[in-house]
Amino acid sequence: MSYEIIGIVVLWLFLFGYIIVASIDFGAGFFHAYSVLTNKQHIISKIVQRYLSPVWEVTNVFLVFFFVGIVGFFPSTAYYYGTILLVPASLSLILLAIRGAYYAFTTYGKLRSNFWTYLYGFSGLLIPASLSIVLTISEGGFIVKKNNELSLQYANLFTSPLTWSIVILSLTSVLYISAVFLTWYAHKAKDRPATTLLRKYALIWAGPAMITATGIIVELRTHNPAHFQRMLDLWWMFALSGILFIATVYFIWQKKSYGLAFFLLTGQFFIAFYAYGISHYPYLLYPYLTIDEGFTNEGMAIALIFAFIAGFCLLIPSLWLLLRLFLFNKDYVEGKIK
Amino acid sequence: MESEQAVFYSRLLTELTLSFHIIYATIGVGIPFLIFLAQWLGIKKQDEHYILLARRWTRGFVITVAVGVVTGTAIGLQLNLLWPTFMELAGQAIALPLFMETFAFFFEAIFLGIYLYTWDRFRDQRKHMLLLIPVAIGASFSAVFITMVNAFMNAPQGFELMNGELINVEPLVAMFNPAMPTKVAHVVATAYMTSAFVLAAIGAFRLLKGSNHIYHKKALLLTLKVGLIFSIASAVIGDFAGKYLAAYQPEKLAAMEWHFETENQASLTLFGFLTNGDEIKFSLEVPYALSILAHGNPNAEVIGLDQFEEDEIPPLYIHYLFNIMVIIGMITMIIALFYIIGNALNRTFIRNRFFLWLIVSTGPLSMIAIEAGWWLAEVGRQPWVLRGILRTENAATTSNHVDFMLLLFIGLYLVLGLASVIVLTRMFKNNPVEQELLDQQRNGR
Repeated sequence: MSYEIIGIVVLWLFLFGYIIVASIDFGAGFFHAYSVLTNKQHIISKIVQRYLSPVWEVTNVFLVFFFVGIVGFFPSTAYYYGTILLVPASLSLILLAIRGAYYAFTTYGKLRSNFWTYLYGFSGLLIPASLSIVLTISEGGFIVKKNNELSLQYANLFTSPLTWSIVILSLTSVLYISAVFLTWYAHKAKDRPATTLLRKYALIWAGPAMITATGIIVELRTHNPAHFQRMLDLWWMFALSGILFIATVYFIWQKKSYGLAFFLLTGQFFIAFYAYGISHYPYLLYPYLTIDEGFTNEGMAIALIFAFIAGFCLLIPSLWLLLRLFLFNKDYVEGKIK
Repeated sequence: MESEQAVFYSRLLTELTLSFHIIYATIGVGIPFLIFLAQWLGIKKQDEHYILLARRWTRGFVITVAVGVVTGTAIGLQLNLLWPTFMELAGQAIALPLFMETFAFFFEAIFLGIYLYTWDRFRDQRKHMLLLIPVAIGASFSAVFITMVNAFMNAPQGFELMNGELINVEPLVAMFNPAMPTKVAHVVATAYMTSAFVLAAIGAFRLLKGSNHIYHKKALLLTLKVGLIFSIASAVIGDFAGKYLAAYQPEKLAAMEWHFETENQASLTLFGFLTNGDEIKFSLEVPYALSILAHGNPNAEVIGLDQFEEDEIPPLYIHYLFNIMVIIGMITMIIALFYIIGNALNRTFIRNRFFLWLIVSTGPLSMIAIEAGWWLAEVGRQPWVLRGILRTENAATTSNHVDFMLLLFIGLYLVLGLASVIVLTRMFKNNPVEQELLDQQRNGR
């Protein structure tokens, strides 16, 4: 495998990691805010807090890791995406900053007020929407290059059905992923009311998530026919992903094996995400930048891959320790120890 | 918007973000080390006061970490948004330490989460203390790696330039550039020093506000000792940094010392004001000092600004920043030294209100020195973003919306700054140490 393929596969993996952990985080914040709004706070607050507290900082690192990594492996993305994304990415940054800081302020600083809970919960839904703009732009058709200057066509972007489909997909899948995970977590905590409520959320959001995902494939047929064609060539991956989706919903419906259900859901998104990524090949930004053109020099590529392996030898055991102490610790999950 | 304006606003926004970020980042690098020290002393001396010290520092630390993390994410992404051309070029050569910085950050984030939530999990406090080692290492190493990136901007090497393209890139050579040793050492030492003085200031403030608890006195002695050690280290490293500048970046040294003519036996200009561009008033000249500072030899030749083109000279106001940084370093060092000597000799002046106020001042003062030092280092590199390779005006974004983004981020930092101050004061005001000690006794621990 060539270095650039290794690079993009690894980065894609990190983006996937971020999508899963951030979805859980954003969704949990939203469900928490929603429960305060509807006076059901007593049911799920504890579950959400107990999960989020030790991991909120780690979630953020996944994102930093992705954008630092992509500039490392593909420096030209800094030029293209950096120039275009000034406004949308700055807005995401401000939302992320407010959200992250206020999480810490309320949790550790005892800044207890419903206002912050709402701010935290609802800003969480705007972030995936604003970040998903990048995916839309990467499909091409929204950038004009004139006299060596790039500019983003906001009017086109905001009137395109593709943009809105991707935004809605990001929202529905955030809520779906989060609800499935929290159902499992609540079940492990032997918290029956929370499990019931979250299971309901999971079932509510399963349908919309699936419908919008399919909708995007249809949108692409007119927006980027070449990409659509490559997606059709990978039909079996999307089909496999669909089967996993059905299996997930089945287990949740049957109220059993919530852990397996979450595992299947991760598989479903993993396959779909990679299928989408593979079909996007060879473009990083259609039609301006391909993976080969944007790739860094060989010396840096080798150094980065070495750093990556060394870093992972450090991170995997640490992450495992974190999970073992909190996520997979029976007493912690059940709230018996702090 | 004209591209000149885009450059101006990009510089302003980057400066704003970094200036805000380093307040939290400096604390973030130094405090884990001090928490570790306190917990270690607590276990060694079997003294619950030190353990409580570690615990209370940690509680405040989390708030500053949160702001540090989010503003750090902001500057990381902003570099790409505001300086896309620079990042495209530099990414080829300097991505390795940038990448490693995120690993260090990752490592710290994981163990900080564990440390925060396992205060009562382990029967043996030593196990809990061990968790702080990766936190402190992660925190310090993210400073080390990110400073390597900055050092590269001052002394770019490890590649060849051919028609605007970088070829034959050697990432390790780029990482271990000549500016790296002094820069990294100075950043880490001053971060430890500043964190120690900030914590000392809090202890002194509590004593002034009527709390006469032995706890604060222990805190004061510990933090001022650390402060003294690292302010001496910072000064020594600062001297090496001067010698580095003389050899590799003479225009920065000449601009910051107002050294206009190349000469032997150069004297050092202290203080003073510059009028009409080159007339120095009210200054103090120390004969030979600049030659000694630059080369360790009173007769050595020091390159002056006359050797450089007009448009390659940094702004001369960096002299004031240099003065502020050095004077503060000296003042805080002397205050810490007096306290430690006074304490050892059992003198009462260290409990004197005036002297306590002096200690309170060391916290904000050293933070001002950090800011001044960074402005000096960064403005002193102008007009280059990559010294000798890429000029700042050619690196900025061509986007038209930088001014609007600047306003948004000013708003964000105001909100975050105010909120973090309010949250921190409330946390500690509502739960003074006397109360917490009583609570602990009542709970039978």
